[in-house]
Amino acid sequence: MVTDLRPRTAPSTPAAGSRPPEQPRPRLRDRISRVEVKWSPYLFIAPFFVIFAVFGLFPLIYTAWVSLHDWDITGAGAFVGLDNYVALFADPDFWNSVVNTLGMLVLSTVPQLLGALVLASLLNQKLRAVTFLRMGVLLPIVTSVAAVGIVFSQIFDRDAGMVNGLLGLVNIDAIDWRADKWSSWTAIATMVNWRWTGYNALIYLAAMQAIPKDLYEAATVDGAGKVRQFWSITVPNIRPAIVFTVIMSTIAGMQLFTEPLIFGQGSFAISGGSLRQFQTVSMYMFEKAFRDFDYGYGSAVAWMIFLLITLLGVVNFLITRRSR
Amino acid sequence: MRKTHPLVYFTLLAGIVLSAFPLYWLFVVATRANDVVGDWPPPLAPGPNFGENVGRLFAADDANFLLGLWNSLLSSAIITVSVVFFSSLAGFAFAKLKFRGRNGLLLVILATMMIPVQMGIIPLYMIMVELGWQNRMEAIVVPALVSAFGVFLMRQYAEQAVPDELIEAARIDGCSTFRTFWSIVLPALRPGAAVLGLFTFMGAWNEFLWPLAVLEADNPTVQFSLSQLSTTYYTDYTLMFTGALIATVPLLLVFVAFGRQIIGGIMEGAVKA
Repeated sequence: MVTDLRPRTAPSTPAAGSRPPEQPRPRLRDRISRVEVKWSPYLFIAPFFVIFAVFGLFPLIYTAWVSLHDWDITGAGAFVGLDNYVALFADPDFWNSVVNTLGMLVLSTVPQLLGALVLASLLNQKLRAVTFLRMGVLLPIVTSVAAVGIVFSQIFDRDAGMVNGLLGLVNIDAIDWRADKWSSWTAIATMVNWRWTGYNALIYLAAMQAIPKDLYEAATVDGAGKVRQFWSITVPNIRPAIVFTVIMSTIAGMQLFTEPLIFGQGSFAISGGSLRQFQTVSMYMFEKAFRDFDYGYGSAVAWMIFLLITLLGVVNFLITRRSR
Repeated sequence: MRKTHPLVYFTLLAGIVLSAFPLYWLFVVATRANDVVGDWPPPLAPGPNFGENVGRLFAADDANFLLGLWNSLLSSAIITVSVVFFSSLAGFAFAKLKFRGRNGLLLVILATMMIPVQMGIIPLYMIMVELGWQNRMEAIVVPALVSAFGVFLMRQYAEQAVPDELIEAARIDGCSTFRTFWSIVLPALRPGAAVLGLFTFMGAWNEFLWPLAVLEADNPTVQFSLSQLSTTYYTDYTLMFTGALIATVPLLLVFVAFGRQIIGGIMEGAVKA
């Protein structure tokens, strides 16, 4: 373990001369072991690539092919070129779902990551009961996802919910959280925020602990206050972690599905409320493909989601590069 | 360092109360009767109705909760074992073995990690129709048997956890590559594999969109079953909460048993790039 001189083994000619030829036929053994060494890596990675190719990559690419067809449950219909996309661009329900998704994305990502920053800097102090505190903030991610939807649906219920009860204490009238865009987005974003803030805080905490302490000592000597230190030392130093979490939350947020679906309740669940006030793009794709059985159109939605995620990734990248 | 300000503890504890409260509320309502759930001020102590609620839950025909629970336990366990095994195998190959095309193939894995696989569910559904796997658990298990993220994670872990000399020594002793993997590499990978296993189990347990697409209500996973409850029994809060509580318990047990490893996994593995 100590004599780590060479970084990597290169056993292209294994056992050749490393052992005295005690066996009667060393040649054959050598050849077998050479073949084994050459081919076993491929054998080792084969299960992943085979299964992934069939059930991961192929469906993804085939989605594009399906989206160019008038394809329903009875099978492939006519090749229609970009007709599905043309229809999609003129489809108000689709754009509505895009706006909903982006709205909830902002309402969940921004408070979540700011909250995580605060939480992480608190956890980064000299503390007792470190494990207890860390496990405490992480508790929400072990709640099963549909359970989160169910609990918060009740908490945000118009008549029986606790949030309206609390608002009643300060004389605010009961809000029908499902009825409007902003209110339903807020309720759904609260679920996402609750579930992921602690997780992101731990990622930030890990990055913060890697910052050299003498940076802070020097800043203190220079008379910089805690807040100043936070913005001028902590935040710039954990930038990679921030970028990582922004990208991950964006990808997850663009695929938001379970929380709004459960929040919807009853027969309007997949359409995200009676007026589609909180239907996300993933829900819209699901509705088109698995309720209306319009596979071609649903696939076009799927590809638009993919493009949107890529687009947001590029925007993220450009913003974080500029603010360097 | 100065002594930590009491306000820090106070804020952190407030944060933890916020984290824990919805879970506690889940527990309270699951043990109560329906007529008190909407009361103000809300009941904050557990009640005596849990047994009765469980009975009603298991009797709720269209939710098939018990079957859903069993399906989820079984499929999540198989997926976890498979992902951990194949990820370790491939991760070891990528980290420690030399072969042509290694870097290119690793790049493919990295690229696929960023693509949301759920975007391919329509053709995936068509494949299942071809295979006759609609409404069968094979449809849930087989596509999830491997994970690009898992391979990447185990490659990172193997890189630093398995010394090259160990592999070399095994080789000189005449071990085959698989034998080397099985008796030398795999034990060294155990901590990383544990973290991957925990995350895989939680991910499989929470999978929702795909089961909803390919399964029917008579053969659900536990999340599917919960959503079924929330569409048909959405006024019956104690019933839904009881289901939600039971669906959370396995994850909670995993968390209590392996909390430290999970925290370590998030803090070490998450941001390596």
